[in-house]
Amino acid sequence: MAQLTRRAAALNKSLPAAILAARGLATASTSPITVETSLPFTAHKIDPPSRSVETSSQELLTFFRDMALMRRMEIAADSLYKAKLIRGFCHLYDGQEAVCVGMEAAINRKDCIITAYRDHCIFLGRGGTLLEAFAELMGRKDGCSKGKGGSMHFYKKEGGFYGGHGIVGAQVPLGCGLAFAQKYSKDESVTFAMYGDGAANQGQLFEALNMAALWDLPAILVCENNHYGMGTAEWRAAKSPAYYKRGDYVPGLKVDGMDALAVKQACKFAKEHALKNGPIILEMDTYRYHGHSMSDPGSTYRTRDEISGVRQERDPIERIRKLVLAHDIATEKELKDTEKEVRKEVDEAIAQAKESPMPDPSELFTNVYVKGLGTESFGADRKEVRTVLP
Amino acid sequence: MACTTGRGITRIGNFSRIWSSPCRGLQTAVHDQSPPQTKSVNLFSAVNQALHIALDTDPRAYVFGEDVGFGGVFRCTTGLADQFGKRRVFNTPLCEQGIVGFAIGLAAMGNRAIAEIQFADYIFPAFDQIVNEAAKFRYRSGNQFNCGGLTIRTPYGAVGHGGHYHSQSPEAFFCHVPGIKVVIPRSPRQAKGLLLSSIRDPNPVVFLEPKWLYRLAVEEVPEQDYMLPLSEAEVIREGSDITLVGWGAQLSVMEQACMDAEKEGISCELVDLKTLIPWDKETVEASVNKTGRLLVSHEAPVTGGFGAEISASVVERCFTRLEAPVARVCGLDTPFPLVFEPFYMPTKNKILDAIKSTVKY
Ligand SMILES: Cc1ncc(C[n+]2csc(CCOP(=O)(O)OP(=O)(O)O)c2C)c(N)n1
Ligand SMILES: [Mg+2]
Repeated sequence: MAQLTRRAAALNKSLPAAILAARGLATASTSPITVETSLPFTAHKIDPPSRSVETSSQELLTFFRDMALMRRMEIAADSLYKAKLIRGFCHLYDGQEAVCVGMEAAINRKDCIITAYRDHCIFLGRGGTLLEAFAELMGRKDGCSKGKGGSMHFYKKEGGFYGGHGIVGAQVPLGCGLAFAQKYSKDESVTFAMYGDGAANQGQLFEALNMAALWDLPAILVCENNHYGMGTAEWRAAKSPAYYKRGDYVPGLKVDGMDALAVKQACKFAKEHALKNGPIILEMDTYRYHGHSMSDPGSTYRTRDEISGVRQERDPIERIRKLVLAHDIATEKELKDTEKEVRKEVDEAIAQAKESPMPDPSELFTNVYVKGLGTESFGADRKEVRTVLP
Repeated sequence: MACTTGRGITRIGNFSRIWSSPCRGLQTAVHDQSPPQTKSVNLFSAVNQALHIALDTDPRAYVFGEDVGFGGVFRCTTGLADQFGKRRVFNTPLCEQGIVGFAIGLAAMGNRAIAEIQFADYIFPAFDQIVNEAAKFRYRSGNQFNCGGLTIRTPYGAVGHGGHYHSQSPEAFFCHVPGIKVVIPRSPRQAKGLLLSSIRDPNPVVFLEPKWLYRLAVEEVPEQDYMLPLSEAEVIREGSDITLVGWGAQLSVMEQACMDAEKEGISCELVDLKTLIPWDKETVEASVNKTGRLLVSHEAPVTGGFGAEISASVVERCFTRLEAPVARVCGLDTPFPLVFEPFYMPTKNKILDAIKSTVKY
C-alpha cells in the first residue's frame, strides 16, 4: 500500500530498509546520530530545548522518503487540478513538509492533530494512503471522507486526525476541546492544533488560548508561519509577527519549520511540557512554494527571488538529503531511486483513484443527521433521484 | 426618493429613476435629454465603479476588508487604494468579527464604512456583530446612535465547484433581523445602482453579490453616478399564468425556465425582489393577484429560506386568488455539496417541472 514508510519500515522491505540492508547498515540503522538544528530555538517564557537532536539513519531516510512522497503528491494534485479532475478549492503543502514529518516523529497516534484546509500531507502523516487522498481530491467513493469533503476536508479517525477545516481559525478552539477530553481520560496524550499566520489574527485563537491556559490543557498550538495569509504578508496583518509570543502568558517556541529535526525536537519538548504544564505555542517558520490555492499563481505579492532563495537555501528535503549524504547513509543514486519510486507510487495511486466510482447519489442526503431525511430530489438530467433513508 | 437618503448626495438628480423598473414608477420618471454614456462591463467592474463613485462623492467613505487593498480576490476593489489612498482603502487582518465591529464603530461616527467579507461563507464569525450590534444600535439607543453608514459587501452563491465553504447563500439568516437591510443585485447595472443606494442608505445593509456573475454577466452600465431604489421589486418579464419570484444569480436560471415554459404555452411573470428586507410585498401581491400562482426559487436550502416568508405572506394576502399551492424550488436541505452540486441546485429543469405542475394543478 502506498503509505508513508516510518511505521511500515520495520515490517516490510520498504526502501529505506532496503537501502540500509544493501549497504550493510541494517543493524546500525537505528543507532543514534546526533545533529545540530539549523538554528537555535527562540523561546518565550520557557527554557528552550537543546539544539542537539538525536536521530538515526533509518529516521533520516524515512524523512527523506516521506517528504519526497508528499511533495510528489502535491505536484501531482496541481496537475490533476489543472486537468479539472479535482474541483473545488485546493491548497497545497509543498515547502512545508518538514513540519508534518517532524511532528509525526515526536508523537503517536493517540495524540490528536487538527488543522485547517492545507491538510493533504498531514493526512498522509497520520497514516492515510495516497489512494484515499487522491480519491478524496477527485470526489470519489474511496476518498478518506467518502468523496464528500474534497481537498479541504480530509479526516482519519483511527489516526487521531480530526481533519481539515475550511473556516480560518475555527479548528483551534476545537483542538482545546479535544485536549480537555484527553486530559480527562489521563492517557498521556496531547492535541496539536495547527493554524496559519493569517489565522493567528482571528479572535477565536485568543479565546482558545485563554481556555487552554486556564484549565492547563495538553494543547499545543502550532502556528505554521509561511509568512503569507493568501496575498497578505504577515507584517501587513499582524502588529507582532512573533507568533510564538502572542500567547502572552502561554509559553512559546520559535522553530525552524524547514528543519524536520528541529520540528521533531520542538514537538517532543512541547508534548512533555503540555502534559505537565498546559498549553504552549510552537511557531514553525516555514514556506509554501505554491500559491495560496490553485487560483493564485503565488508570484504577485512576493518575488521569484524570494521563492527560489528559500528553495536553494532552506528546502526541507534538500536539508535531509545533505545529512544523508554527509553521514554516508545512502548514495545520491539511491536517493534519486527513492524519488523515482515515490513518483511511481503516486502515479499508481492516481490511476487507481481514477477507477474509483463517484459516490452514490443518495450520499447527498446521508450524514446530515444520524438518520437521513428521506429527501427526494430531481437531478439536473431530470432523472429522478429518490432516496428514502431509514 | 432614492437620492434623498445620503448626506449631501445631490448630483444625481433624477437619473436613478431612469434606470429603475420599467414597469413601476417609470410613468413619472423624467428622462434626461442626453442619454447617459454607457459601457459594457461585467459585474465585478460595475461594483468597482460604484465603489469608486462612493469614495469620490463622499470624503468620509472607507473601503476595507481582507486583501481589498490589492483588489480583493474577485478584483472588485482594484485601483481604489491607488486612487483614494491607503487611509481610505485598506487591508484588514483576517478577523471577520473584528472587521464588522470596527465598521460599526466607524459608521457610528458618521462615516460610510464599506466592509468586504471575502466570501459570504465567512460572514458567520461576524454574525454576532451584525445581529446584535449593527441591527439594534439605533433602536436600543433611542435613536442617539446608529451605524446607518455601514454596508457589508460579500460574494455569495454557487460557482459550479465551490464546495462547502465557497458556495453558500446565507441571506435568510439576515432577513430574520429587523434593523438591517438585505440587498442582492441580479446584473452589473443593478449591482452598481443598488450598491450606491445601499452605501448611501441611512441603515446598515448587507449587500450580497452573486459571485457566479462577477465575470459572466456583462451589460451596458451607465458610467456616471446613479442609484436604484431599495425595497422596490421589479417585474423583469411580464406574464399571465404564474408569478416567479427570485433574486440575484437565480433570476437568470428562472428566466431560462420562463422561456422554455413559453414554448409550451405557459406565460410566466418574473419578479426580481432585489431587496429582501424590507421587501416589496405590493409588487409581488399585485403580480400574484394577476396570475393566481406563485413559484419562489433560491439557492439556499428550502427549509427556513426566504422563500418560506414570501409564500406565507402571499398566502395571507392572496389566499382567495391562489389557484395552486405556492411552489418552492430551492436548494436541498443538505450542506452545500461538493460533487453533487448539480443535484443540489434549483436548476432550470426543476423550475420548469414546478411551473408545469403548478399551472396544471
Ligand atoms: C473565516 C474565514 N475568513 C476568510 C477565509 C478565506 N481564507 C482562506 S485561507 C485564508 C488565508 C489564511 O492564511 P494562513 O492562516 O496564513 O494560512 P495558510 O493559507 O498560509 O496556510 C483566507 C483569508 C476563510 N477560509 N475563513
Ligand atoms: Mg500563512
